[in-house]
Amino acid sequence: MTARAPTAPPTSPSPLRFFTFAAPSRFYALAGTLVPWLWAVSIVLSIVGLYIGFFVAPTDAQQGESYRIIFIHVPAAWMSMVIYMAMAFWAAIGWAFNARMASMLSHALAPTGALFTFIALWTGAFWGKPAWGTWWVWDARLTSELILLFLYVGYIALTEAIDDVRRADKAGALLAIIGAVNVPIIYFSVRWWNTLHQGATISMTAAPKMAHTMLTAMLIMTFAFWAYAFAVVFMRARAIVLERESHTDWVRELISRKERHA
Amino acid sequence: MNWHSASEFFDMGGYGLYVWGAYAVTAVLMLAEPWFVARRRERAAAQAIEASEPQDNDS
Repeated sequence: MTARAPTAPPTSPSPLRFFTFAAPSRFYALAGTLVPWLWAVSIVLSIVGLYIGFFVAPTDAQQGESYRIIFIHVPAAWMSMVIYMAMAFWAAIGWAFNARMASMLSHALAPTGALFTFIALWTGAFWGKPAWGTWWVWDARLTSELILLFLYVGYIALTEAIDDVRRADKAGALLAIIGAVNVPIIYFSVRWWNTLHQGATISMTAAPKMAHTMLTAMLIMTFAFWAYAFAVVFMRARAIVLERESHTDWVRELISRKERHA
Repeated sequence: MNWHSASEFFDMGGYGLYVWGAYAVTAVLMLAEPWFVARRRERAAAQAIEASEPQDNDS
């Protein structure tokens, strides 16, 4: 508690511009500005995506209307993997460079990743029943996605169980990095093993196999989920910053400023 | 337009249970999460205010 500069906390005096937002105080302000815009983008894209998905995209020749689960199933499954990689990345950065904000971002990502993993499994079960005649099979794609859920839950439980936050960050980082090997396994599982699950929906090398209105709806829903993930993760990261930095001068100044304006 | 009536829309060609079962749970979870996160931030802010106040125990 020495300097009283709200913009540059004494614990991370970084001269590099690139690291400006690594300071929790800067991140807190920037994320606070972005969150309402991200919500707006997410809501608008969801409405457009669902409209195209339900009212424009045609009925599937083989699966009838049951295929319409794809508009949330595939985006949620993508997000579950992308968020895991982001979580492991920020955990590793936080560990390697002793960067507090990176570790906090990693913690903020975990519950949202777990949520999308659960949604992918749940919507998959509700699609599997009409398509395959079963809610669940122990095949490679489904099992590796279930392991992803356990990795998220394990990361959250481990970091919550350790009281010293920086020790919790390091233990969590180790688990997140080792668990990252599961993500390519999920992605390539449909190619490496015989599985009931269909192949990749989108391929970089082949033309899309679905009607382009279906594809459009699915991609718009994917962007809606991206915006949702950024919004909710930024909100949670701000909560974590307040929880961890409540003893610092900049939080005290922020709070007193707010009280004066209230 | 795919549907000629509301009941046809909700029936989803006989797959209503599956389609709406998937969508309803997704919607509930994606509305609940931001709500819980917003409450967590408010709680953290309240605690930070408490911590920044001078130490007196009659409030």
